[in-house]
Amino acid sequence: MSDQTTGVPQTVSRAPREAATGEEAYLEVTDLQVQFPTADGLVRAVQGLSYSVPLRRTLAIVGESGSGKSVSSMAVLGLHDRRVARITGSIKVGGREIVNMSDKDLEGFRGGDAAMIFQDPQSSLHPYFTVGNQIMESYRAHNNVSKRVAKARAIDMLGRVGIPNPSRRVDQYPHEFSGGMRQRAMIAMALVNDPKLLIADEPTTALDVTVQAQILDLIADLQRDFGSAVVFITHDLGVVAEIADDILVMYAGTAVEHGPVNKILGEPLHPYAWGLLESIPALTGEPQPLHPIPGSPPSLLAVPSGCPFHPRCEFKDRVPDDWCTTLRPDLIPRTADLGRTSRCHLKDPDKIFETEVLPRLP
Amino acid sequence: MKEEQAVLLYILKRVLSAISVVIVTLVASFALFFFAPTDPAGVICGPRCTPERVADIEASLGLDQPKVEQIALYMKGIVVGREYSTGGVVRHCDAPCLGYSYTLGQPVTKLIGAALPVTVSIVLGGAVVYLIVGILSGTIAAQVRGTSLDRFVVGTTLVVQAIPYFVFALLIALYATFLPDSGYHPFLDNPLLWASGLLAAWLTIGVTNAASYTRYSRASMIEALGQDFVRTATSKGISRRRVVYRHGLRAGLTPVVTIFGIDLAFQLTGAIFTESIFNLPGLGLLTLRAFGQYDLPVLMGGVLIGSAVLVVMNLVVDIVYTFLDPRVRLG
Repeated sequence: MSDQTTGVPQTVSRAPREAATGEEAYLEVTDLQVQFPTADGLVRAVQGLSYSVPLRRTLAIVGESGSGKSVSSMAVLGLHDRRVARITGSIKVGGREIVNMSDKDLEGFRGGDAAMIFQDPQSSLHPYFTVGNQIMESYRAHNNVSKRVAKARAIDMLGRVGIPNPSRRVDQYPHEFSGGMRQRAMIAMALVNDPKLLIADEPTTALDVTVQAQILDLIADLQRDFGSAVVFITHDLGVVAEIADDILVMYAGTAVEHGPVNKILGEPLHPYAWGLLESIPALTGEPQPLHPIPGSPPSLLAVPSGCPFHPRCEFKDRVPDDWCTTLRPDLIPRTADLGRTSRCHLKDPDKIFETEVLPRLP
Repeated sequence: MKEEQAVLLYILKRVLSAISVVIVTLVASFALFFFAPTDPAGVICGPRCTPERVADIEASLGLDQPKVEQIALYMKGIVVGREYSTGGVVRHCDAPCLGYSYTLGQPVTKLIGAALPVTVSIVLGGAVVYLIVGILSGTIAAQVRGTSLDRFVVGTTLVVQAIPYFVFALLIALYATFLPDSGYHPFLDNPLLWASGLLAAWLTIGVTNAASYTRYSRASMIEALGQDFVRTATSKGISRRRVVYRHGLRAGLTPVVTIFGIDLAFQLTGAIFTESIFNLPGLGLLTLRAFGQYDLPVLMGGVLIGSAVLVVMNLVVDIVYTFLDPRVRLG
């Protein structure tokens, strides 16, 4: 972050930032499992999730409601109540293990090294405190500075995220902001301590499409300025295409495809992703009936055995024996391209995609 | 500037409507009392009464005048004072004149003036106890919801709420002998004595009402702690205590404040059980006695105080609410 000549201080007491190698993982999730014991049974929200994100890269995690994308991301910040959630596996941020980290250490970590922005800025900002107050609170939780200094920093951040007249806005309440500005304010609050990891949980879902574009640009700009790793959770493939470097597709609590965005969206290898592409309505030509994926996502209380997608998969018969119903596929490269992985037993998914799926797409 | 003017205007409107509510209540109570089969003059007259004596008393008390005139005279008395003739002596009753007690031989204003501080002391002191105990235990229970501590707290409130209030008060009066003797001593004379005389009453009111406030606070805090902004606060890395007490409690407190305001209004009209059991001469005892003796002016005074307090507390709660929640604007 460039030095301000106006006398507004940078974040104090931070170790000098090393030049990002670009490939070394800043966030590393390994075999993450999140389960919730409930009266109705064990909810397996996340099963064996693994991925990594280096600095300056954006990973989009895509999935339907109930795919486990939000649960897994909240686990990264240690936001689950440990009395209620059972978490196993490893989450390393900047080398530090988050799973089972002590509450005290978690407090220092959250908002400092890693921050999160949430879906609905209206309900996610406290209605009784001014926006400036809430930003200052985050800043002062991690830096020992006076209120005056913190307020200057808050005004600076509000300006950075594109809010006009920040010195007036800093004393206003969230309900006095418009939807897009509220989200900008939340982004300002998340970034006030220069976090190296930013998790954005559907930040534009609650906003108008025009505002959405602005927010996406803002996040991309800030990532460039701050050099942070970004995890972007969304169900909107259009957003993914715009801002992500890599994509992770989740289904029923587990990753089914993972790799660079161009490859995954251009030539997906998993029947679920094929179904998603087929279900996109054609914008030109004759009106056609829609092709949704038949069936619906499974309840996480009763995840299907073997491959979780098998009840809805039309290619089950291409797989020998009953692997699909009994054997859970590993997330490994399925083609000669080692840079992308998929969780499916099919032998030649790239061929199947080219010959059977692609012609069906509009 | 505009904002403050709007607020003042609103308060003015509310005050005016409050006054009209009180007037309507007064007139209604007046009518009720007079169409009731009571005979104040007969009561004053005593067992060996003659019709002539009754007529005399009625004349001196103004009871033989048309009802409308009586109400008008009463209203006039409140504003500018009036004259009373009892037993041949004409007394001047200064404004605000709430009448003259038939049975106690004193201006009602004076009686209420003596009883009100007692009731206020009892109620406010008790409120301090039950607010602190109730809100704290409710907040703690909300945080450990589902655990045995939570169940213990809720179970205790159920037990306390199941015991009738006067039973509780009697038990304390009889068995809590380690507490100082109760009785009212004016605050200005000796604050320490004032406090020790009220301790038993405060404890009783505090414990019994705390149960309700524990439940209100617990429910409200469970909801507040489940809000998105609490999750956001946690994600900022601030301490758990700050998240609960600054972010959670601020939001969770507003419904409790509303309930408290109305609760307080009702309690201020007189805590009959507390005052009788602990021998504290407050509004409760005053109006209770007046009932038995058909002492209309005192009863009217009680109604006036009660409705005025209720209406004022409503307004106060509304105003306090705007300070708590910036999204709420008066009017």
